[in-house]
Order: sequence, then C-alpha cells, then structure tokens
Amino acid sequence: MRHSVAGRAHTTGTSAATGLGATLGGSLESPQTALSGKPITVRSTSVRVLRALTRTLTYLVLLGGSVMFAIPFVYMVRWSFMTTGQVYDPDLFWPFPMAWENYTYVWANHPVPWWLLNSSVVTFIGVVVGTFSSCVVAYGFARLDFPGNRVLFIVLLSTMMLPLHVTIIPIVIIFRELNWLDTLWPLIVPGLGGGAFSIFVLRQFFMTIPIELDEAARTDGASRIGILFRVILPLSKPAIATVAALSFIANWNEFFLPLIVLNSPERITLPVGLRYFAAGQYTEQLHTFQMAVAMIAVMPIIVVFFFAQRQFVRGITLTGIKG
Amino acid sequence: MRTTRWQRWSGLLFIAPWLITFLWFTLGPFVASIFLSFTNYRFIGLPEWVGADNYVRLFTDDAKFIRSIINTLYYTAVHVPGIMVMAFFVAILLNQKVKGQPIYRTAFYLPSVTAGVATAYLWILLLQPNGLVNQFLGLVGIDGPNWLTSSTWAMPALILMSFWGLGTTMIIYLAALQGIPQHLYEAASVDGAGVIRKMWHVTVPMMTPAIFLTAVLQIIGSWQVFTQALIVTNGGPRDSTLFILLHLYRTGFEYFQMGYASAIAWVLFVIILVFTVLQFGIARRWVYYEGASER
Repeated sequence: MRHSVAGRAHTTGTSAATGLGATLGGSLESPQTALSGKPITVRSTSVRVLRALTRTLTYLVLLGGSVMFAIPFVYMVRWSFMTTGQVYDPDLFWPFPMAWENYTYVWANHPVPWWLLNSSVVTFIGVVVGTFSSCVVAYGFARLDFPGNRVLFIVLLSTMMLPLHVTIIPIVIIFRELNWLDTLWPLIVPGLGGGAFSIFVLRQFFMTIPIELDEAARTDGASRIGILFRVILPLSKPAIATVAALSFIANWNEFFLPLIVLNSPERITLPVGLRYFAAGQYTEQLHTFQMAVAMIAVMPIIVVFFFAQRQFVRGITLTGIKG
Repeated sequence: MRTTRWQRWSGLLFIAPWLITFLWFTLGPFVASIFLSFTNYRFIGLPEWVGADNYVRLFTDDAKFIRSIINTLYYTAVHVPGIMVMAFFVAILLNQKVKGQPIYRTAFYLPSVTAGVATAYLWILLLQPNGLVNQFLGLVGIDGPNWLTSSTWAMPALILMSFWGLGTTMIIYLAALQGIPQHLYEAASVDGAGVIRKMWHVTVPMMTPAIFLTAVLQIIGSWQVFTQALIVTNGGPRDSTLFILLHLYRTGFEYFQMGYASAIAWVLFVIILVFTVLQFGIARRWVYYEGASER
C-alpha cells in the first residue's frame, strides 16, 4: 500500500495492480474516464498490457539483481568445499563429495579456534556492556538536567564525524604505555562506555517516551535508576535490539584496530587471521582453506542477520532519518 | 519536581561511562595528535619538535601522498554517485508491491552487512582473469581485463566491488520512500501528474533528506577506504589504489614515522571536515525538510 494507493484510487477494479503499474495506469486512465466514460474497455487492455510489462520488468530486474548479489556467497560456499585440483577445473560447478576436511583441517592445524574465541569475547563484551552503558548514558542525556547536558550532547554528535583513524597514533601509544599491545584490551575497553551512535539512537528513542510515565513512577517512589530500569528500558526493547544488532556487526567486522594492535597468531581476531592465508605464512593450498575460514567469519553475521532482520531495517527509522 | 543541587550534578554520573572513555580515547588522543604532527617521532625515544616540516613535506615532497589524494577523489567521484543511483533504483523497485519483497531486500542488503576482510578475499577470486566477473562479462561479449594486475583496472575493480555494498544506502532510501505520505501522490494524480512527474515532483523532493544523508555518509566513507585497498590490491599495481588511509597505515605502522603519519591523519581530518561542512552549507539550497518551510 505505498505508491499503489494513489494509483488505485483511479484504476477501475484491478486491485492486484502493482505500485508502478497502478500509478501508470491511473495517470493514463483517469482523465479520459472522467471526460467520457465510454472507451474504457479498449484503453484498459492497453493499460493492462503496459501494466503487465512494467510488472514483468520490475520482477526481472529484482530477480536478476538478487541472483547477482547472492552469487558471490554461493561461490564462497562452493570454494570452501573444494579440493585444490577442483578449484581450477572449469567444468565443475559443485564438488562431490564435498571436502569437509577443509574445515576440519584449518580448525585443527591453524589457530582458528583462538581467532574465533578472541572475536567472540570482544564482540560479546562489546555488545552486552557497550549496549548497557549506552542505555544508561542515553537516559542521562534524554531525561536528566545536569550542567552541560546540551553542550556534551553536541560533543557526542561531533565525535561521530571524527574517524578513529585520525587519532589512531596517540591511541596506540596509550595502549603501549598501558602494556596492552598484543592483548584484547584495546578492542574491549574503549567501547565499554557506550558508542556515540548507539547513545544517539537510544536517546532519540527515549525522548519519544511520554515523560508522564516517569512522573507517575516517581510519585510511586521510584528513583532515577528505578525509572530507567522499570519504565524506560522495558518500553525500549526494539531500539535496544537494533543497537545491539548493529553493535554486533561493527565489533565482529572490526579490522583496522586489531590489525595494528594484535600480533601473535593466537591472539588475533578472525578478520586479521584471514590474512595469514594470503600472506604466505602457511604454504598449503590457499583458496579453499581461506574460503573455509571466510565462511567461519561470515556465518555468525548471517545467522544474526536472519534473526534480527527487522531490527536492522527498523534501525534506519529509529534514527529519524527517514524522509 | 524538586531537585537539589546534588541531584542536578549527579546526573553527570549517568553519562560518566561515555565521558570517561571519550576523554581517554578520543579527546586526549585528538589533542595529542595535533602535537605529534609537528614532531618527528619514531615510536621509541622522545618526539622531536620539527615545526611545520611534516606538512611542508606532505605537499611538496611526497608523491605517494598526492597520489593517494587523487586516487581517493577518483574513487569518490565514481563510487558515490554510482552507488546512490543504483541504490535509489533498487529501492524504488523494492517499494512496489512485489511478491517476495523480503527475499529481494535480503539479497541486496546482506552483502553490505558482511562486508569486510572475508568478502575482500572472496572478491580477489571473483576478479581473477577467468573469474566470475569476467565470465559474466563474457556472456555479453566483453573480454574482461586482468583487473588486479592492471593499474588502469584495479581502481574500477574496487569500485565495482563497492557497489556490492549498496544495501545500507538502499535500506535508507527504502525507509524514506515508505515515509512519504500517500496524500501527496493522490494530490499529484488529481493534478494529472504522470509517473515521471510524480517521481520528479513528489518522490525526489521528499527523498532529499535521505539523499543528503547518504551523500554525506558515502563521501566520509570514501575517505576511509582501507580494508579493500589493503587486502585486494595492497595499494597497487604501481600505487593505482593507494588510498590516503593505507598511506597513513604504512607510514605509521610499517615505517614507524609516527609524527609524519599524524600529519597525514590531520590532513585527512580537515578534508573530511571541509567536505562535510560544505555539504551542510549547500544542503540549505536543495534539501527539503517537511514543515521547515512553514516556519
């Protein structure tokens, strides 16, 4: 019921019309029918043809585009199950039997379990603690009237424009002074206080909750912390889920910082570990093992995506940037 | 509502988690990087003050730096308009009442979520001379180049790869499209507007905030291209895909010229700032905010 409503107001009867077709039909049809209700039958055939054409074209482009966008993933799966010889066989599309041993091999012979563990630890803490902190901070910005609230919020917004890369050198020096190089701390600690984007999204959402609910809770004797936990957070579950999902992706995919601060093979995260299969540290067959590890790196994202698809889409509207 | 002085100040406790990490990992390093950019610092010993030397060297004696700026401008000029037009087109199609819409949406959106090192390695294989991309081009009779070993085609290859990530932009457009009130289309129909005019006089103006937002995000993102450039082409061949951030990374963390790298970082920051401020300045002329004109 998007564009189509406008069109359907003018089309006669064909409620199955798709949006573009309907608007198209409506604009062609309506002036004439309004003037003389006579040659409807003739025109509606041509309109119907045109509508069917646009509809077919829409489906063709969407279907073709989807296939094109999905095929690289198919190739990733395919390669991850091939043996070296099969990779270079142009006539073979799908390997039988599938080489599951690629997975068992990289798992057993490379520090892949460590990489997975490191990535998981960083992501888990980042999502859980980071999201929790973001909620508390967002509540402060949304509801509490402390000195400097507005100024600090503007500062928070401006940090979203400042990329990590600009400050990376002093940051790495700080980590060195703390003796944190080649540990997971640099990937964990900076995110513990909440992320600017998460705080911003949550703050905007908290602002839409009627303040009367806070006041009612306060007359019932709730403290500010009580209001946060018993009024604000329960009402904000969708926003929190969105922030957590986006934070998961950001943490899991992070590459620049771990690349710089981590070094030892068993201390790196998955994205950095993938480099080992290209850099020549391991001389065995590269492509198939690399794709197997790539699959291990990508699968959690796909799983989270399918469980939290609504959250991703809703995240856009939550930030209030829709048209 | 009665608040004591303590209660007012104690509000700061709620934002303390962010404030501490901000001072520690953002503001502090931000100030320090200004200082470092005027020094010679090699990660050991003490920084040695050299005045504006680093900046002078950047613009007069560093061909790679100038090259990286030109490369990034090239990438931005093709990537940003390209991805916006394609994402807009896909969003318009997805916004029709099509069967299986969630499936198409997922197919177009998923690659932008998984983008990273893993998919960068995947694209190396797809871009091989006899890889999927060239096989596809072969279907329409085009003899595809050897993308990654050609200094002419390496950048187009990275741009092509970047279009695979149009999902984020597309989903913003889709949300914006769904937020356009129907009565505007109805009014346009009453006035006898056809598809094209509805698109141009209703859809596009109502979409300008989303178009503006994605333009800002994509341009900022273009100046931060790193993973693809490092993994897929490693800046080559012959510096044809050397992006400014890759130059910064190599200078700082391969050659350990940290003062000089800080200067690069600051030029990068100023560029991003100028682009963003410029865009906000121009935005007043073309971005339509509903309700704003009624004030």
